[in-house]
Amino acid sequence: MTSTIEAPRSPRTPKGPYGRSTKKSGVNWEKWGWIYMRVSGVVLVVLIFGHLFVNLMIGEGVSALNFAFVAGKLTNPFWMVWDIIMLWLALIHGGNGMRTLVNDYATSRISRGILKVAILVSVVALIVLGTLVVFTFDPCPAGAPADLVASFCKSL
Amino acid sequence: MPQTAGTLDSQQKTTSRRPAGTLYRGNTGMWSWVLHRITGVAIFFFLLVHILDTALVRVSPEAYNAVISQYQTPIMGLGEVALVGAIVFHAFNGLRIILIDFWNAKYQRVLFYVVIGLWVVTMLGFVPRHLINVFSH
Ligand code: HEM
Ligand code: HEM
Repeated sequence: MTSTIEAPRSPRTPKGPYGRSTKKSGVNWEKWGWIYMRVSGVVLVVLIFGHLFVNLMIGEGVSALNFAFVAGKLTNPFWMVWDIIMLWLALIHGGNGMRTLVNDYATSRISRGILKVAILVSVVALIVLGTLVVFTFDPCPAGAPADLVASFCKSL
Repeated sequence: MPQTAGTLDSQQKTTSRRPAGTLYRGNTGMWSWVLHRITGVAIFFFLLVHILDTALVRVSPEAYNAVISQYQTPIMGLGEVALVGAIVFHAFNGLRIILIDFWNAKYQRVLFYVVIGLWVVTMLGFVPRHLINVFSH
């Protein structure tokens, strides 16, 4: 963020950073973003550590991951809710963090604008995609080979 | 501000060539911040790819298994060690930032060593088990 520092006690300039008005706009979005980073961070520690523990440490860890493993989790409401909350919190936290980096390092107004729109578009697209995946998941797709799907598909 | 000849500000008076320790510059404060940034960006880009690879469960079991089997190769196994190392650091240091903001900035340096300690302990628990899972298959 570039802003000129005025000499002490000089009168208030009408324009703030990025040439925006310094008039109070009601809601202080930067403050709520700051709070969001901290609140989501605390929750994410639990969700991500749990995710990594179940997927990497239990049983044979990463070697046990396959379609049938995911079918076991995404038919369980507990893990569905877990994954959805983790998806939303992590993407918004990461996207907001990336916005901070753009503000810090992108030098021109145009590059800042383009990069922030790119971040917003990818975050929204992936939230929609990830949410749809969890809610529309089909553990026993028609015609799938029996050795690739979960054992409970046989009884269908 | 114009510098009047003959006066020294407090910074120039110190014997050290570096600016005096602040919360963020030059010492643990700065390095923890740099690492927090780098790990945050790395995790973000991993997550973008990770949601796409998970979405393959909606394509077909074959497509998902083909991609997830890439996660099970020795090289990716080492990559997962790096990823988990980055997340564990970002998570513990994130909690440190929160404690500094809401509790007491006085302990920021001590807390940094606590973060390093917890990171080492967590990685000692994770790495051997993960490498056994990766290399015994
Ligand atoms: C190498 C480490 C990782 C492995 C092997 C892994 C594996 C998996 C697997 C198998 C799934 C399918 C569903 C489930 O198990 O609940 C999944 C989903 C998911 N993972 Fe991971 N994961 C890893 C790291 C991470 C990290 C670091 C994050 C967060 C930053 C994360 C976030 C997610 C999310 C949000 C979903 C749900 C995606 C969706 O809604 O479509 N994962 N992961
Ligand atoms: C594991 C739990 C996590 C905790 C406790 C945590 C905590 C934090 C905190 C406290 C900040 C500082 C915000 C500020 O200075 O205002 C931050 C920044 C950031 N986080 Fe996280 N975070 C976590 C997970 C993640 C994940 C999963 C991602 C990626 C998807 C991520 C990406 C970032 C980025 C890019 C920044 C900005 C870095 C900067 O401004 O220097 N974090 N995090």
